[in-house]
Amino acid sequence: MTASLLFTQLLNGLQLGILLFLLSSGLTLVFGIMNFVNLAHGSLYMLGAYFAASAFRATGSFLAAGVIAVAATLALGVAVERLALARLYARDHLDQVLTTFGLILIFNEAVRFVWGSAPVYMNVPAALAGTVNLFGLPYPAYRFAIIAVGLAVGLALYVLIHRTRVGMLIRAGAANGPMVAALGVNIRLLNTLVFGLGAALAALAGLMAGPIFAVQPGMGESILILTLVAIVTGGIGSIRGAFYGALLVGVVDTVGRAFLPALLREFLDRALAQAAGPALASMLIYLLMAVVLALRPRGLFPVKRS
Amino acid sequence: MSALLEVREVETFYGASQALFGVSFDVAAGEFVTLLGRNGMGKTTTVKSVMGMLPARRGSVRFAGQELRGSPAYRVAQAGIGLVPEGRQIFPDLTVRENLVATASTRHARGEAWSLGSVYRMFPRLREREQTLGTSLSGGEQQMLAIGRALMTNPRLLILDEATEGLAPRVRAEIWRCLADLKRSGLAIVAIDKNIGPLLRLADRHFILEKGRMVWSGGSDALRGEQALLREYLGV
Repeated sequence: MTASLLFTQLLNGLQLGILLFLLSSGLTLVFGIMNFVNLAHGSLYMLGAYFAASAFRATGSFLAAGVIAVAATLALGVAVERLALARLYARDHLDQVLTTFGLILIFNEAVRFVWGSAPVYMNVPAALAGTVNLFGLPYPAYRFAIIAVGLAVGLALYVLIHRTRVGMLIRAGAANGPMVAALGVNIRLLNTLVFGLGAALAALAGLMAGPIFAVQPGMGESILILTLVAIVTGGIGSIRGAFYGALLVGVVDTVGRAFLPALLREFLDRALAQAAGPALASMLIYLLMAVVLALRPRGLFPVKRS
Repeated sequence: MSALLEVREVETFYGASQALFGVSFDVAAGEFVTLLGRNGMGKTTTVKSVMGMLPARRGSVRFAGQELRGSPAYRVAQAGIGLVPEGRQIFPDLTVRENLVATASTRHARGEAWSLGSVYRMFPRLREREQTLGTSLSGGEQQMLAIGRALMTNPRLLILDEATEGLAPRVRAEIWRCLADLKRSGLAIVAIDKNIGPLLRLADRHFILEKGRMVWSGGSDALRGEQALLREYLGV
């Protein structure tokens, strides 16, 4: 295990964490304000990736692909929220989970119907195809760009949440939605806004993940699980929680998978380590969540309720 | 005088169990009325039914000539009813200033609009604590903030649910003084409170609720004379 390898894996973990943050920020806000469980959030990520891949192929411009993917997913997300999900806010979580799980199936089949079952490959944009030099180590420029974009989005969200009136309402709504409504704010409109924002960020994540992971049906589910772990670890309803939760999950998952098997070989017999290493590595984030929840049952940065 | 708020035969349910059995009362513009009764008799349920937070199944809630039953809470608030809820329900992650500004009304339809400045003049303590988070305030400060927050929506009617509960006598006196000022300024007020004494002084009329029904209504002088009534329904 060399220092440079560790550094590279840390950056890869950071980059996965950033993608998770883009997904968790929208999901955690909708969960926080409307107490709504949206399992179809991963589908928005998948659709964003497909829209981006198609638009990139058609236009040849990564930037245009981004604009198209974000706009299309935002419109679709708002339509889904208005037509299907807004009817479910007063229902219990089981109804919400069943409906949004149904949406996952519908979106996966729709994607197969339109784009086929085979993965769609998306190239890294030419301008970001090289490497950048980080403290003397080469690192793929594209992955570095993901980190930079994610941090910029995080900063923009921080300003939105902490420095604007809409942000005040989002924070107030996460703590006590009915009270915000009783003071004259159309909380449903606020939620549609937040949902749209979440859809746009999911599409941005899909766009950026496109050249790294294969764009294929079902790609939203595996990342949805990680996203849920991130928001629960961070504290549901909290953007700050989503940020740190996502980075923690991204880094622990990536670094764990890279180094745990080798680490175990130092202590265990080779065959046993070979078997236990990968299994244990894939359990790490759940162990992390369990430990966090045992110590802080409402996550790292819980939203205070009034 | 035509009523500003007119509640007629309201019936409200929690699921299958009925909580209000045809509650009626009214408030004239600028009038101060109380809803009295022991715990669990339907006072807060009445408030929630008026606000649309717990929709009434039958009856009518008219405000300034407009039927509000069936409207969502935000429309009721926008129509001009300000709520100071039971338990204050300050937004804990927002500063004092943010609590006041976040839901403030931008409509200046009638007369003078409330502003941060006028709320701070009414409660100078809030100006001192402007950047403090809602959670870090004392009970009295939270109560002042809840009143200020409701005023910032520029209501024509202010509803206060247990505004002096759990407060020290000195802070209570400040709340009563503020309500007297607000009444003088022409604001209509509905108060629910366990402290009958100050209410007999301040309020024009009283309504007593018993098991989800209005059982008595009348002026302060009439209520003072009804010792048996006070004992039976209010446990005073």
